[in-house]
Amino acid sequence: MDAEPSPHAGSPEQSPEHGGRGTPEAPPVISLRGAHAALGAKPVLRGVDLTVGAGEVVALLGANGSGKSTTVKAVLGQVALTSGELALFETPLARFREWRRLGYVPQRSTAAAGVPATVREVVQAGRLARSQFRPLRKADREAVHEALALVGLADRAGDPVEALSGGQHQRVLIARALASRPELLVMDEPLAGVDLGSQEVLAEALRDQVRRGHSVLLVLHELGPLAPLIDRAVVLRDGRVERVTRPEQLHDPTCHHPDEKTGDAPSIETGLLS
Amino acid sequence: MIEILEYSFMQRALLAALLVGVAAPAVGIFLVQRRQAIMGDGIGHVALTGVALGFLLSANPVWMAVAVSSLGAIGMELIRWYGKARGDLALAMLFYGGMAGGVLIINLAPGGSNANLTTYLFGSITTVATADIVAIVLLSAFVLAVSLGLRRQLFAVCQDEEFARVTGLPVRALNLLLAVTAAVTVTVAMRVVGLLLVSALMVIPVAAAQQVTRGFAATLGASVGLGVLVTLSGTTASYYIDVPPGASIVVLAIVVFGVVTALAAPLARRRARAVARAEREGTLEESAGAAGDAVRVR
Repeated sequence: MDAEPSPHAGSPEQSPEHGGRGTPEAPPVISLRGAHAALGAKPVLRGVDLTVGAGEVVALLGANGSGKSTTVKAVLGQVALTSGELALFETPLARFREWRRLGYVPQRSTAAAGVPATVREVVQAGRLARSQFRPLRKADREAVHEALALVGLADRAGDPVEALSGGQHQRVLIARALASRPELLVMDEPLAGVDLGSQEVLAEALRDQVRRGHSVLLVLHELGPLAPLIDRAVVLRDGRVERVTRPEQLHDPTCHHPDEKTGDAPSIETGLLS
Repeated sequence: MIEILEYSFMQRALLAALLVGVAAPAVGIFLVQRRQAIMGDGIGHVALTGVALGFLLSANPVWMAVAVSSLGAIGMELIRWYGKARGDLALAMLFYGGMAGGVLIINLAPGGSNANLTTYLFGSITTVATADIVAIVLLSAFVLAVSLGLRRQLFAVCQDEEFARVTGLPVRALNLLLAVTAAVTVTVAMRVVGLLLVSALMVIPVAAAQQVTRGFAATLGASVGLGVLVTLSGTTASYYIDVPPGASIVVLAIVVFGVVTALAAPLARRRARAVARAEREGTLEESAGAAGDAVRVR
């Protein structure tokens, strides 16, 4: 909205406005085909197809146990597919090495690490996606600072993360993912236990990502205040894609019927961000 | 204080103590961060088999212990990857096996008895030989190169392993390297603090430091400082009161921990209040927001 996106080297050249947003011609950044996966002996994904185009914001919805988080972990290569195909940035997973193009915001865990860490130290860990084993340079420190500023925690950089509220902690994890200036941001339940201020920060991070022509895949329990920012909602049920729809056609992802008419669903108006 | 420096065995002992004081907390901090503080203990047990093998094969016990405890540490790391459900039992058996194996082998060695193991179990300042010093300096250099040189990468892996994998870091290689480095640290420290107490020196300085620090780098620096303080003063004390250095070092470390805890108590209370306040503000905002949403959605 108001924060100016800084120029970003290596971003796909797209109009920051609407050009190519969600168009099928744009090369997909995620292409998941017929994904099957199991946790232990229990099949969790049973043929999931998921495509996220450049510049698209896609939400994964569904009830608990529908396979949302597993789909995200499969996309990140953290859950092996028993069958199906995954390509990231048009490269099959087995050959994919450009992890710096991805930013990951995991589900916030309440388990604290055994040793204190400052906000800056945690966010710097995200920059390793680009710096890997070389020492941090000025550009790395600037990217870390910029990510912290974007989530409104620049003044808390030296504070221990243990001293933050749940919403602020979530913002730190978002900043950590943004520190590598990813072309694809993947978030697992970013709204869980987050206060209003942090929801607004998250929405701004999504807008910033879209302005740069970058993509977002996020797992949500409900669209809630993010609905206006989402291009497509993919509803999972029992490890399968139940429905792909525009968010305004979706009223309640957890309790609707598959062959229900989609057109007459009331649109979501949270009034918060629209 | 000055006259003890005239003895060459004390010079060696103090040099070894200094190196151990730096290296043990520098590695231990990553184990504490990953909530595996006890791992150093397990490696210590396994290293005992290495020491005994050194006697049996007439090889240098230090290098033999490096080899065996590194294999043990790699084994523990593999158990952590693959043995999710029964991992703790597998680890426990590795520990028991290392201890029993050491006692078994030392008694099989010609002229060997449990007495040979005592100096390795509790440390000894008089037995740090010149050949040992060379090994200790080389191994400490390796330990410090890894734990300080790769601190950002190891921090990321120990903080959030899944996230670290998604950044493209070679997480498995880093985990194995950390395991081997911990094993090497145990072997370096066994001459000074002994295998049974080495884990204490990897953990207690970190536990003490983190009560007053705010970040990881500060904790690392402070715990190394405390480590050097207790190893040097503990080694000196063991010269005067004639006890194994491991005992005096660890007792001193616990005293330091107690003092820091007492001094930090007001700080901890203040922090707890700050967190509670931040949470409260967050929750208030949230419930206000939720109420607002509910009104608008209808």
